[in-house]
Amino acid sequence: MNPEVVSNILQKHRDVRDGLISILEDIQSQFGYLPSEALKIVADETGTSLVDIYGVATFYKSFSLKPRGKHLISVCLGTACHVRGAPSIAEEFEKLLNVRAGETTEDQEFTLETVNCLGACALGPIVVVDGHYFPNVKRTAVAEIIARTREGIDKIEVKTDKRVFPIEVSCQHCNHSLMDSMNLVDGYPSITVTASFDRKHGRLSMSCLYGSYNVASEHVLPPNTVLNLFCPHCHADLSSGTDCSICQAPMVPMIVRGGGMVQICSRKGCKNHMLDLSGINL
Amino acid sequence: MINLTINGLAVSVEEGTTLLEAAQSLGFPIPTLCHMEGLTPYGACRLCIVQIGQDEKAKLVTSCTYPAQEGLEVRTASNRVLKARKMIIELLLASCPQSKTIQDIAAKYEVRQQRFKQEYEDCILCGLCVRMCEEQMMAKAIGFRGRGETRSVGTPFDVKSDVCRLCGGCMYVCPVCELRCTYNEPEKAICGACSNLSPPCVEKEPFDDMMCYMDPCVVCEIQK
Ligand code: SF4
Ligand code: SF4
Ligand code: FES
Ligand code: FES
Repeated sequence: MNPEVVSNILQKHRDVRDGLISILEDIQSQFGYLPSEALKIVADETGTSLVDIYGVATFYKSFSLKPRGKHLISVCLGTACHVRGAPSIAEEFEKLLNVRAGETTEDQEFTLETVNCLGACALGPIVVVDGHYFPNVKRTAVAEIIARTREGIDKIEVKTDKRVFPIEVSCQHCNHSLMDSMNLVDGYPSITVTASFDRKHGRLSMSCLYGSYNVASEHVLPPNTVLNLFCPHCHADLSSGTDCSICQAPMVPMIVRGGGMVQICSRKGCKNHMLDLSGINL
Repeated sequence: MINLTINGLAVSVEEGTTLLEAAQSLGFPIPTLCHMEGLTPYGACRLCIVQIGQDEKAKLVTSCTYPAQEGLEVRTASNRVLKARKMIIELLLASCPQSKTIQDIAAKYEVRQQRFKQEYEDCILCGLCVRMCEEQMMAKAIGFRGRGETRSVGTPFDVKSDVCRLCGGCMYVCPVCELRCTYNEPEKAICGACSNLSPPCVEKEPFDDMMCYMDPCVVCEIQK
């Protein structure tokens, strides 16, 4: 653990009093868990006693005091998933990974946790692995999900993978559709925006398949560049105030047709994206 | 001054007085467990319930945390209060039957049976030790952790605390550890010894077999 990282986080929250939970959230997203040394630094620098910090850290289920595995598997046990057999799916994961829910495998590969409703009940029983949603999971599919995760969840067979599905998005400022049927990516109409970086300006077409990272760009995009994305219709800056939880570049939100939002990271090469389907009627 | 009636008796008390203090000043007995003079009222054990208001609007509140209000009608021993109090005692007995404090209260209020699944908890989460440590000893060495079923009292990370003063205050106020400290035969009691000795478990890290945070206490070690 690097104490400087913790100091920086504290620096960021300096002006907000009572910001303990946000501080802990930031530490957790940096390290994947709450290292005890980090909590001690927080106690020393904020003047909040360690007992109280520990009390808060153990109260909320989303905080973990133990290092988590490389992959986080969340099995939904919410009511809707429960009645569709989620408990037996959780059990199967426990059996195959040889850990109990809430634990991490010995090889530090997987952390298994159960959650109560992910807000996607219609797709239940649902399992989320590293941010990828597996809908309608059957007990028999568990072994495959684990194997796939081990291989690397990002390697996706666009054609055959059920986790990949097309979405249609529009600009959140002018509500104009961003879909471009003239430029196909992955064989589907692409999401086309204007991208600028390094005083270069050009068209960027992204795959509309959720889970695919294929793009076609007018200019060669060097890896790790943070792109400024603009709506090709109203020319508004598409980035939002929130930063990517992985690389801290601005996130870019777009409205999903049918309800909900999708957010993608504006850094080339960063695969962070979030789909929030709350409000969608599937 | 605030005027209210307790069991029909008019009384005026200063603002900020709790119903418990007001009732006790008139000599009405109200059992308490998690209340202690000098510590912030906490309202955890529910033993001190009294009835306020009249008829359908009457409700039960914990007198140790309820401030006196103008015109309030308080009853400390209505049928409803007695019945609820017995139930609370039964529940306390169900979780910690080994506690002498709880046994005494049960005897005093004539609770002779306990209809729930018997458990032998180490702690009733009354918070006396936590408040003692923070408010009187200014140490903040122990606190509550977790929530719900897994809520417990202890030090952060369950390791020896470097801010604990080894004063023994937490053990002294605990209504559950007490039995272990004195054991049930007074000749064998080493009550007070624990507060002079450095508590054995504090030297041990990490704690195991926790009862209050000082478990196993000196007596338990000898018994083993
Ligand atoms: S012995 Fe330690 S934990 Fe107990 S009240 Fe004293 S300072 Fe607090
Ligand atoms: S350890 Fe004892 S004093 Fe502390 S909360 Fe538990 S029962 Fe109360
Ligand atoms: S119950 Fe599983 S997503 Fe709602
Ligand atoms: S003494 Fe009032 S709730 Fe415990």
